[in-house]
Amino acid sequence: MRHILIIGATSAIAEVTARRFARDGDRLYLVARNPERLESVASDLRLCGATQVETMVMDVNGTDRHVEMIAQAETVMGGLDTVLIAHGTLSNQQACEASFKETLRELQTNCLSVISLLTHVANCFETKKRGTIAVISSVAGDRGRKSNYVYGTAKAAVSVFLQGLRNRLYRSGVNVITIKAGFVDTPMTADFCKGFLWASSEKVGNGIYRSIQRKRDEVYLPWFWRWIMLVIRLLPEGVFKKTNI
Amino acid sequence: MGDGIDCRWTPLARHLMKDYVSWGRYPKAIPAAVHRVHWTDELLPNTTCSLLPYGNGRSYGDSCLNDGGVLLDMRDLNRMLSFDRSTGVLRCEAGVLLADILVLAVPMGWFLPVTPGTRFVTVGGAIANDVHGKNHHRTGTFGQHVLGMALRRSDRGIVLCSATENTELFHATIGGLGLTGVILWAEIRLRPIANHAVDSETIRFPNLDAFFDLSSESDRDYEYTVAWVDCLARGNALGRGLFMRGSHAAPQERLPAPSGRTRSFPVDMPFPLVNAWSLRAFNNLYYRKQLARVHRSITHYKSFFFPLDNILHWNRLYGRRGFLQYQCVVSPESAKESVRALLEAIATARSGSFLSVLKVFGNRFSPGLLSFPRPGVTLALDFPNQGRRTLDLLDQLDRIVASAGGAVYPAKDARMSGEHFLQYFPRWKEFQRHIDPRFSSSFWRRITTRI
Ligand SMILES: Cc1cc2nc3c(=O)[nH]c(=O)nc-3n(C[C@H](O)[C@H](O)[C@H](O)COP(=O)(O)OP(=O)(O)OC[C@H]3O[C@@H](n4cnc5c(N)ncnc54)[C@H](O)[C@@H]3O)c2cc1C
Ligand SMILES: NC(=O)c1ccc[n+]([C@@H]2O[C@H](COP(=O)([O-])OP(=O)(O)OC[C@H]3O[C@@H](n4cnc5c(N)ncnc54)[C@H](OP(=O)(O)O)[C@@H]3O)[C@@H](O)[C@H]2O)c1
Repeated sequence: MRHILIIGATSAIAEVTARRFARDGDRLYLVARNPERLESVASDLRLCGATQVETMVMDVNGTDRHVEMIAQAETVMGGLDTVLIAHGTLSNQQACEASFKETLRELQTNCLSVISLLTHVANCFETKKRGTIAVISSVAGDRGRKSNYVYGTAKAAVSVFLQGLRNRLYRSGVNVITIKAGFVDTPMTADFCKGFLWASSEKVGNGIYRSIQRKRDEVYLPWFWRWIMLVIRLLPEGVFKKTNI
Repeated sequence: MGDGIDCRWTPLARHLMKDYVSWGRYPKAIPAAVHRVHWTDELLPNTTCSLLPYGNGRSYGDSCLNDGGVLLDMRDLNRMLSFDRSTGVLRCEAGVLLADILVLAVPMGWFLPVTPGTRFVTVGGAIANDVHGKNHHRTGTFGQHVLGMALRRSDRGIVLCSATENTELFHATIGGLGLTGVILWAEIRLRPIANHAVDSETIRFPNLDAFFDLSSESDRDYEYTVAWVDCLARGNALGRGLFMRGSHAAPQERLPAPSGRTRSFPVDMPFPLVNAWSLRAFNNLYYRKQLARVHRSITHYKSFFFPLDNILHWNRLYGRRGFLQYQCVVSPESAKESVRALLEAIATARSGSFLSVLKVFGNRFSPGLLSFPRPGVTLALDFPNQGRRTLDLLDQLDRIVASAGGAVYPAKDARMSGEHFLQYFPRWKEFQRHIDPRFSSSFWRRITTRI
């Protein structure tokens, strides 16, 4: 039985993954901002078969509470071996261009809060010499584009941070997974027009569950993004700067 | 959430829109936009278009469609909220599928109070059409087992309603065709079972009179009764078929496993596989599928209730033009003559389908203002869409139904006239007062154009 901490547990993608854990009878500790939504997710997971579901309402930008939150999760579940970090906001690029304050806030939510969580979780798992850390990053972090480079910057930093962490924790037997998600139809992207590249939260959430089971390192979800991003990364900057993607 | 969905749609969005069809895939209706509802605390999207909840699209006609308007896709609102194992009372969000409820409840000894012929419908859809099952003569409609619900209205916010609170709105919403607001969650009472098996019997009967005899005999002793009829048989054999009856099984030593694996009908047939020849062959063979007149078995509930659910997308069988389903009920007084007249008209037209179903509804009145089930006999079958020819036949059937004091089921309708609707559903005026001012559907506009 796993003892799982999920940050951003009200995320549409994380909810799908959590249901898989619940059906396995795992113990879950859920963290999110909105108390009513969090409670409805928790009730559902309890009925799905989870052995234990506990919740904590928290804005992850309150980084000084992270240590306490992780300790609390470990205490009430009687252990902690898996962490899924799923929270995030899709930055308003124009607003960020106009205001550094806005940019800072987005970097705070999508990058710094994640780095703070990872710092504490990594130390905790390193001493135990086991554990799995999975973080939802994004293909947007693979190359900066004018349409969302602030969000992309945050995700790129998270991806690089995870690479380093994976390298460091390898010797301690801790598995670090970077989930590079493509376009997913969730509340975060509600206002977008969806085309053929879009995936459902079921598909991506289930992919995360499988990646955790198979102890993967870096996964693109759905898989074809690996090849799309390979091409996009290979474009020379002189060409790329003229594109509109 | 979703501020400013405007009423245009881009070519990119077209791909997703094509997923929003009804089960008969006729008529085609293209929404201006689709808004997926994820949370019960979300506000309705900000748009000038009309709104309509979309469940799992298992209605056949246009009652779940909103041409040029916004569909609210309810399927992400699918959390189980609470379940009391001692009383069987379940509270869940409206996008939960009946299939999910069975997965949760059956192992704990509980079952749906009413199950339609497919388990892939949402709780919201089951309430909005006040669906019925093979046990109507015993337990009435789905809506009669709803203890309460929460509705989001554009004019009143969240409204709780039940038999004792906002009663009129409660009754309007049961069978309310999605027009009275968005059902957010509902509380329903399940029924206890000893195990997942059904003790069932299939009996071959030679004609319509035999059907009526079997029905009145079986409805006393069996929880579930329904008959398949050979819609092409005529003369002395008119109305022949197979009668199925069953009850939840008593405790058993050995329980049946669920039948076979699920298959999916892979593609749209370029031409319909349903034609006069295949129909005759199928109906003849099916009538003779069992050697003995009576066949008894203990089956898994899935095979008994949802034989069609093993073939996903079976509606593709009818090809791109889709098909029309027709379900009517005729009053008990003239039931024999009216059903005979209906079957004769269908057999004469050599149209109809593989699966034609006949059942006697019981004296169970639903509180729903627009509920379809009422005492009498119900006939349901589908017709490949052959354009004018099919529509004319259905109009002919409508005239028989109207003169027999009957009704046609909106969940399965794509073409009934406004005049007939008003006659079939005399409480529509009372209902109209409860329609949410921002809600509408293709169905509702169609049948009210001439009011
Ligand atoms: C193979 C098959 C067998 C069937 N057998 C039966 C049967 O035996 N008995 C029977 O009664 N029916 C039967 N049906 C019809 C089906 O049960 C109904 O059409 C049902 O309402 C479909 O539910 P849905 O979730 O797919 O909703 P949809 O078809 O998507 O929508 C149905 C209606 O519900 C409304 N709605 C959906 N969600 C909500 C919500 N959250 N709040 C408010 N309104 C909402 C929609 O606006 C629409 O008016 C059958 C259908 C199929 C395909
Ligand atoms: N959707 C996509 O196309 C896509 C693509 C690539 C990567 N991703 C990533 O996938 C992850 C999950 O997103 P999603 O698509 O599932 O969207 P989602 O359903 O909107 O989930 C995002 C979640 O993050 C939470 N959150 C945001 N800020 C928070 C904060 N300060 N403190 C605590 N919780 C906070 C939100 O909670 P509230 O309800 O409280 O706001 C929400 O539950 C994100 O990291 C996202 O960047 C998404």
